[in-house]
Amino acid sequence: MSIIIAGAGLAGLSAAITLAQAGRKCILVSAQPSERAQSVLAEGGINAALDNMGENDSVQEHYEDTVKGGVYIANRRAVKGLTDNAPKTVMWLSSLGVPFNRENGRLLQRPFGGQKKRRTAFAKSSTGKMIMTSLIDKARSFESEGLIKRYPHHEFLRLINDNGICKGMRIKDRISGKCASMYGTVLLACGGMNGMFPGHTTGTVHNTGDAAAAVFMQGAAFSSLEMIQYHPTTIGIPGKRCLVTEAARGEGGRLFVKRDNEPWYFMEEKYPVLKNLMPRDVVAREMFFARRETGSEVMLDMTGIPHKVWCERLPDLKKELMSYTGLDPEKEPINVHEGIHYFMGGILTNEHHRTSIENLYAAGEFTSLYHGANRLGGNSMLGAVYGGITAAEDILSLPQSSECEVVFEDAPSDEPYYEESRARFNDALCEILLDGMGIVRNEQQLDKALSALEELTPENDREKARVMLARASLMSAAERKESRGAHYREDYPQTDDEYKKLSVARTDGGRVHISFIDADKEDICR
Amino acid sequence: MQIRLDIKRQQSPDDKSYIQSIVYEYDDKSEVLSNALGNINKGGCKDTEGNDVSPLSWECSCLQKKCGACAMVIGGRPRLACDAKLSEFANEGFVTVEPLSKFPLIRDLSVDRSVMFDTLRRIRLWLETDAYDNDKVRDIAYESSGCLQCGCCLEVCPNFYVGGRFYGMAAGLPMSKIIAQSQKGNDKDIRQQYKKHFYSGCGKSLACRNICPAGLDADRVMASSNAAAVWKRNVYKKK
Ligand SMILES: Cc1cc2nc3c(=O)[nH]c(=O)nc-3n(C[C@H](O)[C@H](O)[C@H](O)COP(=O)(O)OP(=O)(O)OC[C@H]3O[C@@H](n4cnc5c(N)ncnc54)[C@H](O)[C@@H]3O)c2cc1C
Ligand code: SF4
Ligand code: SF4
Ligand code: FES
Repeated sequence: MSIIIAGAGLAGLSAAITLAQAGRKCILVSAQPSERAQSVLAEGGINAALDNMGENDSVQEHYEDTVKGGVYIANRRAVKGLTDNAPKTVMWLSSLGVPFNRENGRLLQRPFGGQKKRRTAFAKSSTGKMIMTSLIDKARSFESEGLIKRYPHHEFLRLINDNGICKGMRIKDRISGKCASMYGTVLLACGGMNGMFPGHTTGTVHNTGDAAAAVFMQGAAFSSLEMIQYHPTTIGIPGKRCLVTEAARGEGGRLFVKRDNEPWYFMEEKYPVLKNLMPRDVVAREMFFARRETGSEVMLDMTGIPHKVWCERLPDLKKELMSYTGLDPEKEPINVHEGIHYFMGGILTNEHHRTSIENLYAAGEFTSLYHGANRLGGNSMLGAVYGGITAAEDILSLPQSSECEVVFEDAPSDEPYYEESRARFNDALCEILLDGMGIVRNEQQLDKALSALEELTPENDREKARVMLARASLMSAAERKESRGAHYREDYPQTDDEYKKLSVARTDGGRVHISFIDADKEDICR
Repeated sequence: MQIRLDIKRQQSPDDKSYIQSIVYEYDDKSEVLSNALGNINKGGCKDTEGNDVSPLSWECSCLQKKCGACAMVIGGRPRLACDAKLSEFANEGFVTVEPLSKFPLIRDLSVDRSVMFDTLRRIRLWLETDAYDNDKVRDIAYESSGCLQCGCCLEVCPNFYVGGRFYGMAAGLPMSKIIAQSQKGNDKDIRQQYKKHFYSGCGKSLACRNICPAGLDADRVMASSNAAAVWKRNVYKKK
């Protein structure tokens, strides 16, 4: 059987390149070309303990920060692999031509939230775009050799399962409208579930969440669905939330609210060591409380960032802010608000990226690996690239097999395109999720949201699957009766060791079942 | 506020095209065309003749000018729908919205830009070895890596057409990264591709200059590439 990858962002590309470098053929399916993947939006950078800033950084400290940032529910074997291999991964990207900022030949590193050392390598404020361009170039060389075959306007619909074993997947050509079956080992790298929250995330609308919902319906175990990262600093623009990269605070930006007409730098007062660079969950929550306490909006003051830093390290950010807010961030503070930014939850995998379904792998933001209850800035691009590589390496250990022939069926299928799905239905579902799973949660809100879900009337399989995934998310949040990382319960504000576990959601297509398991358990997917 | 959107519709390349006019209401002066199209597709919208508006086919992804998906011809100019503020057209009271014309039509405002990606494969746009690096190389690599493959520059270029041997700025700019980052003595192939498919065909009409939605500095990048690829100067001081 051949190898089929769905999703061509950082994770899918890294996997395809790793396979091709070993001489193995693969198929790379994506709803849109790689240039349009969410990965191109990443700005701030990618973490690795290169120790280029003379601060005695080490992979051990990167490991500790990641485990602690994830509030002790990330698979520690996986995090160890991630952080140990981070320097190698970033230097590989550099060798592919990513124009990382450097000084005297060495990669510069900037401070990012939740980390005491400067560890985040960056290419000005367009790191994701720069990494993607180099990976796309590399993949292209293998496309010409026939090692990578792209299907770049093809949507993943569902798995082809046989007795609980994945045999391949169904796709739909978004141009011709025709469907095809592909047979082989499947690696899913379809990104985060932004589409469950249309208009409310910093990501792309094209990571619709439908791929996740479909495989959840098909029995794959998902985990940490309650863990949604709200980024502290976003601004509202038409149709979405626009990220103000954490690098803005890394380079000196300060958060404040007006209290009795004086600026109150609440983060600096409450957290004298990491100040504005506490982990994102903490900053977002403190912003929520500061706003509630004072009734005034949170402002980000970047006027203290030196002009030289704006030019050399944050030029794109400045352009973007001026165009969207009409304000010059060098001269005046801008109003920021928390916005949904990253999904720590996703399909459950072990450290080799195997899922609960045999012959099905997953990588990137589509999975729940590495980040526990809260993802550190700069760790997700790392997780996507390293995760893609790691999944591919495991796939390489499978016996080599023949290529699959892809035959498109004659008649166009009547399966609706995402764009044709009912936006109003998706919006209604989103409102329910937002009500239940805001920054601050409680049992009453969650119960209300779960009842509201029952009132929705899904019309087709796609909508039914979305409702099921939404139910699983709300139930995961309801069952975790404690506060940890991104999940904050007003009614259970303490972190409780009894819940130092991963929430795992499964469905048989009718009911959802939630359980809690030890994140370090061997064979976690069984 | 309200504006009339005159949208070119066509069910398939074999069907006849027509203009559907929709009066769109909005409150915020920062409203952009992509958001209007998204709202229209939420349904319940009528055109100026009272007909229901069926779902419009168009492409988007990032909604913040970073992925190139939503390029179309807006008010006669190729632009990104997510960067086209409706208030810009307030004086006219209407704006025309059409698909990019140089690429095969799929439906309505969606076109098939596969040719752009095929071109990059054909010119063998990749590094054969590890990247060469110094400050100047990195600067050019950064600028040329920013290309969104949106196709706006090709739409206005008088010399580009699908199937022709001139590949336009959307290939010339990315080639500059490879020219800059190839190790010394390793760039012969890409230099030739650049000369043949970009330099010799570019009439320097500059039509594409102010069009690029990524704001890429083509002049600076091309000056370096021309020197390196055409005049074989060691502009990057490679050792
Ligand atoms: C604005 C922003 C800034 C960020 N900045 C940083 C940062 O500085 N540092 C950091 O580490 N992380 C950052 N992140 C997070 C990081 O960029 C992502 O987590 C990461 O890029 C995800 O990569 P991926 O390969 O998993 O998914 P994506 O890049 O999202 O790719 C998903 C792929 O799947 C395809 N796809 C989706 N659905 C389907 C389907 N049904 N069928 C077929 N194909 C499908 C898409 O077309 C795409 O090719 C940022 C994110 C955002 C939104
Ligand atoms: S300068 Fe003129 S000929 Fe050259 S790429 Fe631009 S538009 Fe085309
Ligand atoms: S050069 Fe500019 S206009 Fe042309 S494809 Fe690239 S981003 Fe678009
Ligand atoms: S949607 Fe990405 S550029 Fe407009």
